[in-house]
Formats: sequence, C-alpha cells, structure tokens
Amino acid sequence: MSADPQPAQPTALDRERTELGATWAETPGWMGWLSAVDHKTIGRRFILTAIAFFALGGLLAVLMRLQLARPEQRLVDADLYNQLFTMHGSTMMFLFAVPVMEGLGIAMVPLMVGARAIAFPRLVAFGYWMFLFGGLFLWISFALNIGPDNGWFSYVPLAGPAYGAGKRADVWAQMITFTELSGLVVATSIIVTIFKYRAPGMSLDRMPIFAWSELVTAGMILIAMPAVMVASTALILDRLIATHFFNQAEGGDPLLWQHLFWFFGHPEVYIIFLPAQGMMSTLIQTFTGRPIYGYIALVLSLVSTGFIAFGLWVHHMFATGLPQVGESFFTAASMMIAIPSGLQIFCWIASIWRGRIQWKTPMLYALAYFFVFLVGGLTGVMLAAVSLDLQVHDTFFVVAHFHYVLIGGSIFPLFGALHYWFPKLTGRMLSERLGVIAFTLLFIGFNLTFFPMHQLGLLGMPRRVYTYPAGLGWEGLNLLATAGGALMALAVITYAINVVWALRRGTHAAANPWNAGTLEWATASPPPAYNFHPVLVVRGRDSVWTDPDPITVIGLSCARREVLITRVVDANLDHRFESPTPSIWPFITAIATSILFIGSIFTPWAVVWGSIPVAIGLIGWFWPGSKSAPQEPTGAVIRERLA
Amino acid sequence: MNGSRTLDVAHLPDIGFGDRSPLRWGMLAMIAIEGAGFALLAATYLYLRSRVPHWPPGVPPPSLLYGTLNLGMILLSAVPNEITKRASRRMDSAIAVSGLAICIVWALVLCAIRFLEFGALNVNYDTNAYGSIVWFLLGYHTTHLITDVADSMVLLWFALRGPLDGHRMVDITENAVYWYFVIAAWIPVYLLIYVAPRIV
Repeated sequence: MSADPQPAQPTALDRERTELGATWAETPGWMGWLSAVDHKTIGRRFILTAIAFFALGGLLAVLMRLQLARPEQRLVDADLYNQLFTMHGSTMMFLFAVPVMEGLGIAMVPLMVGARAIAFPRLVAFGYWMFLFGGLFLWISFALNIGPDNGWFSYVPLAGPAYGAGKRADVWAQMITFTELSGLVVATSIIVTIFKYRAPGMSLDRMPIFAWSELVTAGMILIAMPAVMVASTALILDRLIATHFFNQAEGGDPLLWQHLFWFFGHPEVYIIFLPAQGMMSTLIQTFTGRPIYGYIALVLSLVSTGFIAFGLWVHHMFATGLPQVGESFFTAASMMIAIPSGLQIFCWIASIWRGRIQWKTPMLYALAYFFVFLVGGLTGVMLAAVSLDLQVHDTFFVVAHFHYVLIGGSIFPLFGALHYWFPKLTGRMLSERLGVIAFTLLFIGFNLTFFPMHQLGLLGMPRRVYTYPAGLGWEGLNLLATAGGALMALAVITYAINVVWALRRGTHAAANPWNAGTLEWATASPPPAYNFHPVLVVRGRDSVWTDPDPITVIGLSCARREVLITRVVDANLDHRFESPTPSIWPFITAIATSILFIGSIFTPWAVVWGSIPVAIGLIGWFWPGSKSAPQEPTGAVIRERLA
Repeated sequence: MNGSRTLDVAHLPDIGFGDRSPLRWGMLAMIAIEGAGFALLAATYLYLRSRVPHWPPGVPPPSLLYGTLNLGMILLSAVPNEITKRASRRMDSAIAVSGLAICIVWALVLCAIRFLEFGALNVNYDTNAYGSIVWFLLGYHTTHLITDVADSMVLLWFALRGPLDGHRMVDITENAVYWYFVIAAWIPVYLLIYVAPRIV
C-alpha cells in the first residue's frame, strides 16, 4: 500500500469498470434483446411478465365477483364461469406466484451473495422464454374458447377422455409442462449460484435469509414439480393414445391423479410461501435496523418447513374416503407445520420488540402479514381436523382460508419486497405516499373480500358455482365481498400508477436508500452489468453493517466474463470460471420446444419430429465459442495497490 | 471503497473438476429432478399394483431375455465409462475421446436391445393400466438412453472439432456422471418391470 494512493486509485478503478462494462454488456439491437443473459434483466422480465399475468388473473377474479354480487345474475354463463375460475387459479399459481418468486430470486440472489453473475445464465433465459410462451399459450387458448375448465387441479375423470371433450384439458396439461420446465431450470440455476458463486468468506451461516429461502424453495421445486409433470403427461397420454392410468375400468384409478397432483400441489403452496418468509425476515431486519433475531432458528424453520411440506398432501383428499389411520397421520403432519411457522413468527416479534420500527411502506406490508397470515393459519389448523374439513369441504370457507394464507403469507410480503427492492431493480424510488395509499386499500379491500367468505362457507355456499338462488341468506355477504374486490383492484391500480410515476419522475435511488445490511446494497442502484467491482470478501452476516471497510478481491479479469467459484459450505476460494456470453440460441430452443409441446397435444409424433429442431437449438446453444484464454488480470489495480 | 486490504485471486486455476465444478452441481440437480421422476413412476406402478387382485392383470409377465441382457450390458458399460471419466479427469484427451466413442457405440447397442424389449413386454400400452405404466417406465428410461447417446455424440463432435481444453474435459467427466445415473436408474426399473410381476 503506497503512502497516498487516493489520487490515482479511482482512475484505475474507473478504467477497469469501463472495461468490465464493455465485457459484460448485452448485445445491442433487437437480437441483443432476445439474447439477453444478464440475471437482472431476466429477473426483471420474469417479475414484469408475472405481474402482467397477475393483472389478467385479477381481472378474471373481478368478473367472478361481479357475477356473484347478486343472486341469479346472467353476466356470464356456467361454461365461461368454469373457465374463469380455472384460468384464475392456474394463472395465479403457475404464471404469477411461482414465476414472480423465482424472478425475484434470479434478480436478487446473485447480488445478495456478492456474485458477478447467476449460474447458467442461458438456462435462465431459456426458462424465461418457456414461461412466457407457456403463459401466452394458455391465454391465447382461453381467448379462442379453449381455455381449461376443470379447476386449477384438473381432476380426472372430469378432465379425462370420457368427460373432457375437446382440447381444453390438454391446454391445461401442456401449460403445466411449459411452466414446470421453466421452474425446474431456474431452480437449478439458483441452487448452483448459491452453492458455488457466493463471495469468498460468505459461509452458509453468513448467507442472507432470503437466499436461504430461495435455496430451500429451489430444492423443493426439484422434487415436487416432476410429480405434476408425470401426472400431466399421464393425463395427456390417457387422452391422446388411450392409456389407462386414470381409467377405473381398465385397472387405473382416478385417485392416483389426486395423489400425484397434491404430492406436487401441497409443496407448491410452500414454494410460493417460503420465499415470502425470506422477504419477511429481510424487511423486518432492515426496518428495525438491527440483525434479525434467531438467524439459526429462522433458517432451520425454512428447512424443516421444506421437508414437512412433502408430508401433507393427503389433507387435500380427506373427503375421498381414505383409511382413517392415513388421515390421522396427515392431520398430525398438517398441524406439525405450525411449529416452524410459529417459531418464525416469534423470532420476528422478538426482532421488532428489540428494534425500532421505521414506518416505511414495505414494513406496513410485513406487519399486515402478522394479522392476515395468522387468520389463514388458524383456519388452516381447523381444516387439518378431518371432521371439520368434511363439513366445509368445497365451500367458500376453504376459498377464504387459502386466500388468507396465500395473499397474507405471500402477496403482502411480496408487495412489500417489491417496494423495497424497486430502487435496486430500477434505480428509482417509489413514492411513499402512493405506497401507503395502495397498501391501505389492499389491506381493507382484502379483508372485506375474503373475511365474509368464511361465513358464506359456514352457511353452506359451495365453491365453483356460477350463481345461486335468492333467499339463502348469501346476498349481503356476497355483495360485501364484491365491494372489497373493487377496493383490491383499486389498490393494484394505485400500485401500478406508483410504478409508472416512479419510472418517469421518481427520485434516483442511492446505493443503499434503506440503510440495509445485505450485500445487494453495497453496489449501485441499479447495479452495473458486472454487479460488483471490486468483488467483496465477506467476514460476517449483514456485512454492509458490520464491515464498512471490507477486504476486496483483485486478480479477476476485466477482459472476459470471469466469476469467482467458491466452496459449497465455507465459500473458500476455488477457481475462476468464465460465465457464458449472450446468445440467441436459448430463445430459438424455447421456440422449438414450444412447437414440440403444442404439437404433442395433437399427435404423439410431434415428440419425434419436434425433437429435431430442439436438438439443433441445443447444439447451437452449446457450440464451442471462442473461450478466451485467461488474461493476465487487472494489472492496474494490482500494481497500484501493491506498489 | 478505499479498501486497504485485498485478496488476490489471480493465481486460481481456470477449471475445477468434480464437486468443485458448477457443472457438477447442475448435473446433480438434474439427477435429482429425473430421479424424482423415476421415484414417482415407481410409486405409480406400486399404487396401481395395489388396486387390482392379480398382477399382471390378465397378461403374462414380460419375457426376461432382452431386459436381463440389457441389465448385464448396462452394468458392464460402467467399465468404459469409468475409464473415460478418469482419463478426462487427468486431462488425457486421447483416451478420454476414444473412451467416449466406445461408450457411444455401447449405448447404441443398448438402444437396439431396448427396441426389442418393448416387443417382449407381452402387453401394449393401451391394454390396461398395467400396460400403460410398464410402457411409461420403460419409455422414460429409454428417453434417458437416447438423450445420453445424442448428447454424447455432440460432445464427441465438439471434442474432435476442438479446442480440446480443460472445459471440454470437465464436460466429458460430467457426461460420465450422468451415465452412472442412467445405469443406476435401470436397476429399480428392471426390478419393477421384470421381477415384480413374478413375485406375488
């Protein structure tokens, strides 16, 4: 270290940053747009696309609420109503909730672990295109009146060849293949990023809790999503080439569908829920201004929830006449999951207790979680009891329960987290005033919509009916729920206005506008394409708070996309690795795969001839590029610093 | 950002084999996904078996010849696979590439036997649910055979075309790891398809 390196150093660093910027830049033009591999770009696209589907799914919900606002309405007929609730559920689960959680993971996890890139960036780009094409496929089909109409779980025999005429059930089943493939490849990238791309010194027990939640979620995706792919493939086979997986007459079993579907479907709920728990820990830590209470307990809660989630699926099938011993087991498991959830809540309460709350919009969403999710959790414990479950099965009580759980447990933290990370994603600050208005509207609107549904369910109103006769005592509560729905729509519109306004006029965000402790705030907002320069060494949790003068990494090349690979557990140095460059081939491969998937609804031979373009796409993708030889790295900084 | 202390990483190698490589962890994730697929198909098989009094229902069990031949052949394929893997690991490109070629030929023979296996199942996929799941299980494993042959051939092509550097050697190692998964998956599938119908 020289006596006074200050005047020269910024210039050297600036030169390197310029060079890095050129090295990591996307290709210009529309080809470049289709070839993008920057995890922040792909993450933003995931989030934006998912939110667009959220808006569409919400529109369907508004239609359903309008239809149910009064008895015997004729706004939509039964057939369209069936499509509405199926599309609403499928869109919200497969095209919104999972992709948005993954999108935030793609955008934020590499930053939070101090990496320059995500692992397998082209795979992530491929995952985005598959998600987009799958979503378009579903919605274009809906527009052509071939939208699925058997519920988001597509039960057989209703969806089977005997009752599900036409292509509606096939559209649903193949949309699954699209979105699950997307989910699986993204999960793989997130896992490898967390295992191998962490900044040196960020041992697993120093990793931000949000990264932990994305890790557990990605692990669950690997095990759960194959179940629904096996199920939906068997369904398509039954419908297309007359196999008999679900055909009772030929030794098949409709209940097999339910087992396979819910072996995926229940973990799916936690795939949506766990990242939101990571967001809760993140928000509470930042807006109480001190390290989260019970880090180890919170991480263990996430991990144990991930495991227990695979032992709950039968509680969706209590009404199918399963053996009682089995039902008791799943009742016990369903109640057991309250233990890690409760543990987390107590840790958060302790954090809030010891810290000082800053009443920013994201924190309001986090605080709302406590109330909303608690209500959903309480009805969850009620529904875990077989006797009560049988009483309210397929009523609006269940609708109320899972909206409290999903919206309370996921959407409130998500909206808070989007507000929180918005400056990092876009470089602009959202308006606090509009933020508070949107939050207030959403909180009131949500409770107004869904709380009355508990009572509607207890009064016997079944789910999935397109209308109901007058005089059953359901009118008032339904009207109230519809009014609440209008408020929720208004809340989402306000949020959208806030986003558009911020993008045009919002104040430019500083690197760390919330004074948070995790690494994504150690770089500019929005971060440069290479995320960090210099790459930082981590010596503790929340290192932005605890280590204001970190050790920095030198010796990484500026002339090629070099990332640092570290060891899985302790994040000790391992090797340098060249990250892939932008490529059009993931896009082409996604088109080819889409043709194969859609073709296979009509003929099994599509799998055969359709695999040829896919193979060509993959060969182009992995075509040996001119991998540049490792350069003598970053001479300027080394020389100046070691002078 | 006037960090006084630095960590120099310029001396670090450019590649890492085994669990040091990101590729290995991607491969393990893929094996987890596909392993979950096999496990769920096996569960489906056993579930359907529990639903009927006789198994296989109304048809003879699959003939043993081709499936057993395949079992022997696929277990033996571990030998060239291991030789290829070790050669690539010590960057011995001549042996690694010729080993890869031998593995491909070997796998093509397996595919040919597999084709005969379908004819020896003694049931069609649309006969009954038993036929459906047996075909699905065998088809799922066959997909793995075919995709592994295809990507091994592409890998061989790339290797012959060059540059035959350390990254390519890592690819060949991981390809061999994947083949071990294809071998390991065949054992339970074989037991389900060929042995399970013969034990009550």
